[in-house]
Amino acid sequence: MVACEAAAVAFATVLFGVFLLVVGAEPFAVLGDMFDGAFGSSFSFQNSLVRAAPLMLTALCTLLPARIGMVVIGNEGALLAGGLAASAMAVFMQKIGAPGVLPMALIAGMVGGAAVIAVVGLLRELRGVNETISSLLVFYIVLAVFLYLVEGPMRDPASLNKPSTLPVLEENMMGPLPGLDVHGGLALGVVACLLAYVWIDHTRYGFAARVVGGGPRAAQLVGLPVTLMAIIVCAAAGAAAGLAGAVEVVAVHGSANASLYAGYGFAGILVAFVARHHALAVLPVALFLGGIEASGGLLQRRHDLPDAAVDVFKGLVFLAVLGSEPWVRMLRAKIEARGESKALEGATLVQTMPATEVGKP
Amino acid sequence: MSELGLWGIPLAMLGGAIRVSTPYLFVSLGEMITEKSGRINLGLEGVLLIGAVVGFAASIATGSPWLGVLAAGCSGAVLGVLHSYLCSREGVSDIAVGIAIMLFGMGLAFYLGKPYVQPEAPQLPSIELGAFSSDPRVREALRVNGLFFIGLALVPFLSWFMKSTAWGLRLRVVGESAEAARALGYSVEGTRMVACATGAFLGGVGGSFLSLYYPGVWSEGLSSGQGLMAVALVIFARWRPAYCLLASLVYGAAGSLGPALQSAGIEVSHHLLGAAPAALTLSIMIATCSRKVALRGAPRELTFGA
Repeated sequence: MVACEAAAVAFATVLFGVFLLVVGAEPFAVLGDMFDGAFGSSFSFQNSLVRAAPLMLTALCTLLPARIGMVVIGNEGALLAGGLAASAMAVFMQKIGAPGVLPMALIAGMVGGAAVIAVVGLLRELRGVNETISSLLVFYIVLAVFLYLVEGPMRDPASLNKPSTLPVLEENMMGPLPGLDVHGGLALGVVACLLAYVWIDHTRYGFAARVVGGGPRAAQLVGLPVTLMAIIVCAAAGAAAGLAGAVEVVAVHGSANASLYAGYGFAGILVAFVARHHALAVLPVALFLGGIEASGGLLQRRHDLPDAAVDVFKGLVFLAVLGSEPWVRMLRAKIEARGESKALEGATLVQTMPATEVGKP
Repeated sequence: MSELGLWGIPLAMLGGAIRVSTPYLFVSLGEMITEKSGRINLGLEGVLLIGAVVGFAASIATGSPWLGVLAAGCSGAVLGVLHSYLCSREGVSDIAVGIAIMLFGMGLAFYLGKPYVQPEAPQLPSIELGAFSSDPRVREALRVNGLFFIGLALVPFLSWFMKSTAWGLRLRVVGESAEAARALGYSVEGTRMVACATGAFLGGVGGSFLSLYYPGVWSEGLSSGQGLMAVALVIFARWRPAYCLLASLVYGAAGSLGPALQSAGIEVSHHLLGAAPAALTLSIMIATCSRKVALRGAPRELTFGA
């Protein structure tokens, strides 16, 4: 499996090299510097980690519902709602002078994100509204409300050039992890992925969720509370993306503003798909993508390449990995034929499920 | 000037609605064709931006904005073919590929667009429907771009094409039941490839409208999510070309209501007005969906139609 992904990434790299040749850059120098800019020094490595953290959390927003048979793409909406809720909570707590601003802001972010995706799950379960489309529409509505509030009622009058909410005070911001320059959001991202892995792959509840994902009707027949489970999983998914937004507010930007709408949500969808909806695989994939993004600055300085160059590479990687799916299946079939299927059974169940059952309530 | 009074608002709205709705019209017709074949393309946002930058560049290079439109459509079609090819592979999710196409298209468009942030390109001509009036505001509101009329003409053409031609029937069969299409000897993937390419061609044309007429420049903030909303528009329009026109005008009107009211001294958040169509589409889905029945008019092969 990993071999296929590596081959796909290599293929994307070759394509990107050709692209660089065509636009008149030196492919080898650029790719070398990309590696430098992503993982070459402890500074760049930590920069990559900072960018990987929100991707880990937003990926869970697609990953968890996928395991129960839903394709949710409203990650960006949950992230924005979470960021706004976290900022509002922090500002409120600071105003009344209560202690525990940071944890309360993070919780508010999770609740905000959870509400957004739970609505999507609720609509699907109660009215049969397709979750993919409704989550896209909900994202659009949340984005509008977010921009309205940030530029209007919740705007800090002091934010002149860039409309923002009132700032989170310095002492309430999330600090770096011990011994690192990386903020605590990274730890939250890693822990969230580990929790998701244990929850879905190693608890009875997770097993039940996978049964629902394999076939909701069968799950209903054996008496599983399908509706409730779908909503709970959706809420957990939204909470993860909401936490990403909260972390961006309390650890990076200090307030909710348009910088939150940076595409972490949409990239998270693809992280989940590239990780083949496996929570542990999210960690390396997010790190790899975070690294690509972090290398943008160096390419700009050393090669005068626009920062969109790394977006081109990212897009190629996504397309190549998604397109490699048939080979992954072929390989898996071969491995199974050799009688080594036992160890991979879990992963197989995961894989075949979203492709066949998704969107068929 | 003042003799128009409050009439200025609906007039400005009409002009604005037509201007803003043109890209919506093209992307929604394009997405409609794609979805009729049973495939969904969430990547039209990327297609739109590629179309915008390629159209802009081609217009500068050739001096002809219409060649720019053609180039924009072709560049979109290339992405459409890529989308369709990847989706045709076993087990590949068209939702995921669509998002990947969107991000790839945006990245490529921003990359290619860097040198085009400043210059001006030859713009698409428009037709002065308000020539009878001496009021500049009336003339401004009724100055309609040629591309809108092309989109307008496409609507009855596509209705006729879907209903009354063998190719249209083939497209619908593939979208309703791939198995039936195969039994009839149609190439399912071939048909979807053509539908995807045509749909993305229209998406690219929609993008060229943005860079070659309104707002008429290239910038990274050019699109305000028109491509992403294409999917919602098509649901709103129940997969029918005539309703696509209606839906586009509704979306366009919502987008232009804010500036129109503002010019009359009424402050309303243009963000909220802009999201009104999305809220409306969601309300319609909530009202008409049920757990047992598919959305009316949805092609059955569509992953979200079931």
